[in-house]
Amino acid sequence: MISASDFNYLKPENLNEAVKIKGEKGAAAIVLAGGGEIINRLRSGEATAETVIDLKGIGELGEIAIDKDILNIGALVTFSDILDSETIRNQFPLLWETAAAIGSVSVRNRAGEPYRDSAPALLVYDAMVMIQGPGGKNEISLSDWFIDPKKCVLADDQIVTGIKIPRPAEEYGACYLKLKRYDGQDFGQASVAIMALADKQYRIAFGSVGPLPIRAEKIEALLAGKDLDEKLIQEAVKLVPEEISPQTDIRATAEYREHMSGVMLKRGLRAAAARLTKGGPDYGTRLI
Amino acid sequence: MKQGISLIVNGEARTVDVEPTELLLDVLREKLGVKGPKFACDTGTCGACTVLLNGKSVRSCMILAVEVDGQEIMTVEGFSRNELTPLQESFVEHSSFQCGFCASGMTMVAVELLNKNPDPTKEEVKEAISGNLCRCTGYHSIVQGILGAARKIT
Ligand SMILES: Cc1cc2nc3c(=O)[nH]c(=O)nc-3n(C[C@H](O)[C@H](O)[C@H](O)COP(=O)(O)OP(=O)(O)OC[C@H]3O[C@@H](n4cnc5c(N)ncnc54)[C@H](O)[C@@H]3O)c2cc1C
Ligand code: FES
Ligand code: FES
Repeated sequence: MISASDFNYLKPENLNEAVKIKGEKGAAAIVLAGGGEIINRLRSGEATAETVIDLKGIGELGEIAIDKDILNIGALVTFSDILDSETIRNQFPLLWETAAAIGSVSVRNRAGEPYRDSAPALLVYDAMVMIQGPGGKNEISLSDWFIDPKKCVLADDQIVTGIKIPRPAEEYGACYLKLKRYDGQDFGQASVAIMALADKQYRIAFGSVGPLPIRAEKIEALLAGKDLDEKLIQEAVKLVPEEISPQTDIRATAEYREHMSGVMLKRGLRAAAARLTKGGPDYGTRLI
Repeated sequence: MKQGISLIVNGEARTVDVEPTELLLDVLREKLGVKGPKFACDTGTCGACTVLLNGKSVRSCMILAVEVDGQEIMTVEGFSRNELTPLQESFVEHSSFQCGFCASGMTMVAVELLNKNPDPTKEEVKEAISGNLCRCTGYHSIVQGILGAARKIT
């Protein structure tokens, strides 16, 4: 028994049915995808539910599709599915590199929420979250998605159907760096996703160094339109403390997180720029 | 409310009544008598409860039994009915385990790896077992055991 209180289990076979149930039951119903998060919250009593709606009967939510320049990832797609997708590996290599940094095989075989590791990469891709509820369909930019570490803008009667990722209009080189206590399955102490575009624009997002994932707008503005050289990279590193607000916890101190965020920015900018010109280490190579 | 589920466990069709709140791990161990998957951290962290669900490794302490209705589960009991497999032989030859508590989970992720990639590098083996904790061996003997199995089958 994972939960002291009983719940009903429903496994709708199509999206409309799931939306209808969630619309009617609202907060009393919890949506279940891979379970990597929610099972532990039910177990600890942090979450309770009258009804658990398992989405895994809805085939269309498990699809990865590319339509013109937009990648659609269904809400049931796991990180293992992303790693197995040649399309994503070739056309959205930053997302691929990020999926490889998550958990371990048996975690990736189930999990797939925009969360922790995946958030910085999705932010620099300007991803949109697709949602559906009694009021119909809607899309929300991931940059407006998170409210606080435990909350997002999703209403109690809505369901996430997937994520939309536009392919950047320009060629790009990118990378995801994740600092961990040890090799192997661990949440990050700090992470950064970096994209260097051919028109000399840069997109940067940090993770695990503040209550929410952070798009580093000041650093992006400093670099915009410029070629990267070591002097410019040093100036960018100096801005890191203005962008992030790390905390001390069991994984690392705030000071260590701040220092290493600078180191990772430096290495990541060099790697992203090198990958833009088809040089640099292969995607998936650990950079820290 | 109890509901009946049917699943294939190690090639055998089984049916069992479960509450929606019951975990797959508990149902396997307590109701179906399949004790290979171990109960340890109970938070999805250690990998001792790993089973293959439709051929993919998953943590059975993170899955409700009702979720796997109609699906196929393989545990360590399932793949060596008659004699030791090359993987198990290699584990023996390399004295891969000490107390053995992690062995069933390690075996399942190794089976998944070798099915997908029969000739892995040492790095690939380490990555494959990175979600499974072992408190005894320091991992070296387990990695050697899996690499030894790969040499036997390729
Ligand atoms: C041992 C372990 C190691 C991990 N390591 C990492 C790591 O290194 N990096 C990392 O980033 N993450 C890690 N994770 C976390 C993992 O990535 C998350 O648990 C996972 O992404 C959550 O996805 P899920 O499909 O399992 O979600 P679930 O647990 O099924 O759901 C999570 C939450 O989202 C809600 N929800 C799910 N789907 C929908 C939907 N379609 N619409 C509306 N609401 C929905 C649920 O109700 C629940 O509140 C780890 C987890 C474990 C157990
Ligand atoms: S008991 Fe399931 S992962 Fe530890
Ligand atoms: S052999 Fe004892 S935990 Fe691995």
